[in-house]
Amino acid sequence: MIKDLFTKPKKKKYATIPSEAAKQDVPEGIMTKCPNCKKIMYSKELTKNLKVCFHCDYHYPMNSQERLASFLDEDSFQEIDRELVSTNPLGFPEYLEKLEKDKEKTNLNEAVVTGIGRVDQHEVAVAVMDSTFRMGSMGSVVGEKITRAIEKADELSVPFIIFTASGGARMQEGVLSLMQMAKTSVALKRFSDNGGLIISIMTHPTTGGVSASFASLGDYNFAEPGALIGFAGRRIIEQTIREELPEDFQTAEFLLEKGQLDAVIARAELKEKIATILDIHQPGGDLVWLEN
Amino acid sequence: MVGELEFEKPVLELRKKIAELKEITKEADVDLTDEIEKLEVRLERLEKEIYENMKPWDRVQIARHPNRPTTLDYIPLLFTDFIEVHGDRTFGDDAAIVAGIGKFQGLPVTIIGHQRGKDTKENIRRNFGMPHPEGYRKALRIMKQADKFGRPIICFIDTKGAFPGKAAEERGQSEAIARNLFEMAGLKVPVICIVIGEGGSGGALALGVGNHLHMLENSTYSVISPEGAASILWKDASKAKQAAEKMKITAPDLKELNVIDEIIPEVKGGAHKDKDLQAQAIHEVILKSLKELLKLSEQELINQRYEKYKAIGQFDLQNEYITTN
Ligand SMILES: [Zn+2]
Repeated sequence: MIKDLFTKPKKKKYATIPSEAAKQDVPEGIMTKCPNCKKIMYSKELTKNLKVCFHCDYHYPMNSQERLASFLDEDSFQEIDRELVSTNPLGFPEYLEKLEKDKEKTNLNEAVVTGIGRVDQHEVAVAVMDSTFRMGSMGSVVGEKITRAIEKADELSVPFIIFTASGGARMQEGVLSLMQMAKTSVALKRFSDNGGLIISIMTHPTTGGVSASFASLGDYNFAEPGALIGFAGRRIIEQTIREELPEDFQTAEFLLEKGQLDAVIARAELKEKIATILDIHQPGGDLVWLEN
Repeated sequence: MVGELEFEKPVLELRKKIAELKEITKEADVDLTDEIEKLEVRLERLEKEIYENMKPWDRVQIARHPNRPTTLDYIPLLFTDFIEVHGDRTFGDDAAIVAGIGKFQGLPVTIIGHQRGKDTKENIRRNFGMPHPEGYRKALRIMKQADKFGRPIICFIDTKGAFPGKAAEERGQSEAIARNLFEMAGLKVPVICIVIGEGGSGGALALGVGNHLHMLENSTYSVISPEGAASILWKDASKAKQAAEKMKITAPDLKELNVIDEIIPEVKGGAHKDKDLQAQAIHEVILKSLKELLKLSEQELINQRYEKYKAIGQFDLQNEYITTN
C-alpha cells in the first residue's frame, strides 16, 4: 500500500508516509520507467532533467544530495552539524538498529542535512530534509539541526531556506519528537522578529508535525508540483468523516487553490525564482535608490 | 467597432470620413488634399472639444471600457522581476486580487491590485474583479510582509465593489475590509494607492488607505455605483447618468473634495487607447510619490496617513453652541 505512493502518484490512495518499500525511487540501471506515465527513458537524461519526467512532468523525489547539487551554486555548500546523531531516549525496541541500517543505506547521519551555501551568489542557510532516512521523520536531531541552521541564519543575517520532505514526527522518540515542532517554531519566530527571511519549499511528502510547524511558517511557502502536503493522513480522515476524498486532495495544487501556498514552482524554474526573491530582499536599498 | 463610446462617436465618424477621402485620393485620379486638410483641422478641434469637456457619465463609460488596462496590464510596464504570490493561508486564493513583489526602477516594492477579466472566461475566474474576504486577507498578508521587510506598497484600485454574496458574508466580508483599513493605518512603509478604473465603495477602500492616493483622470471613486445610487435615491436605476453627475465621483471631483492627491492625466480618449503611454504617466507619479515618502521615517509615515484621513470630511460649527460653551 505504501508502495502506491511512488508507483501511482496520481492516486495516492493511502499515501501518507513513504516507507522502506519506497526507498528506491529511481531504479538502478540505464533505463527508468516513469511511475506516473509508465514511459521509459534514459536514467542519465532523467537526472540531467532534474529528475522530472520528460513526458508527464512527474517530479521524482530528490534526496538531499541531489537537491543541494541542483539548487546551490557549485561547490558553495558547507555542511554544519553533521556530527549530531540520534540516541534512543525512550529505549524503543530496535530503534538504534533501524537508524544504523538507514545510515548505511543513505550515507547520512540523520533525516536532514544543514549548512551554508549560495544561490546565484546570495548566501543562505539551508536545510534539506531527506525522506530516504527514516521517512524524513523528525526526532530530536532533526529538530536540533534545523534550529541550529535557523540560528546560523540569524547570526550571519542571511535568509533561511528549508526543503521539507517528511512523514511527520518520529514515533520512537515520543513527545520529545512532538516538542521539536515547538523548538523549531520558537527559533523561527525570533529569527523573523529580527527581520530574517524564511523560505519554505515543500516537497513530496510533507505531512504531520513538519507541515504543522516550520514547513508552513515561511514568509514564502512554495511547493513542488504534485507534492503531497497535509496534516492528517488521508486514510484517517476518510475513516473519521466516512467520506471518500477527492483525488487531488492534499496535493500542492489543491493547497494552492485553498490559499495555503504562495505558488507551486516547477523544479526547472525553482533556482531562478528563489534567486529573484533573494535579490528583491537584499537589505538597505532604499537610501541608495533615493540618491540615484 | 468594439467598445465605441457614445460621446466620442462624432470624432470616430469624422476620422472614418477622412480615411475614406484618403482612400479615394489614392485610387481615383482626384485630388482631395484641400478637403482632407480642412477636415483634419476640424477633427482636431472636435477632439479637443469632446475630450476636454467630458461629462461624468462619459468618464464612467471610459472607466468601464472592456479594454481599459488592468493591474496585470500595468505591472510588466511599470515593474521588473515581478513574482506573483497567492492565498490568504486560511481559506483560498482569490483571483479578484493579485499580489506580488517586484522592482520599481531597481527598488524592491510590493504590488497589490484588483483584477478583473478581459473576457467571459477570465471574468468568471476572477469574479469580475469583485473580491471575497480571502482576497482582502491575502492583500493584508502581503502588506504585512512588505512591512516586515520595509518595502513600499503600491496598490491599484479597480473594482465595482466587494462581492455581495452569501459565502462572502459567511466568511466575514465586513471584518476583512475593516481589518484592512485598520491595519493599513499602521504600516511602517510608504503606501501609494492609485485608482485605475472603478473605485467601488468599501471594496475599493480596503486597498486604499495610503499615504498618497492618486486617480487616473477617467477613473471613478464612489460610495456606491451610479446605478445603485439612482435606484436608492429615485427608485430608478436608469437614472444612473443623472446620479453620476450628482454624486461627484470623477477624479476632478475628488481632487476638489480634497480626497485625492494627484490626477494622473490620461491618453486622449482614455487609457485603453495607448496603455504604454498611460503607464509612463503612472510611472512618473509613482516615482514622485516614492521620492517624497521614502524621506519620511516610519513614525512620520504613520502620522502622515493619520493626518491625511483626519482631514477628510466637511462640517460646520454652530455658533450658538460655541458661545454658550
Ligand atoms: Zn512520466
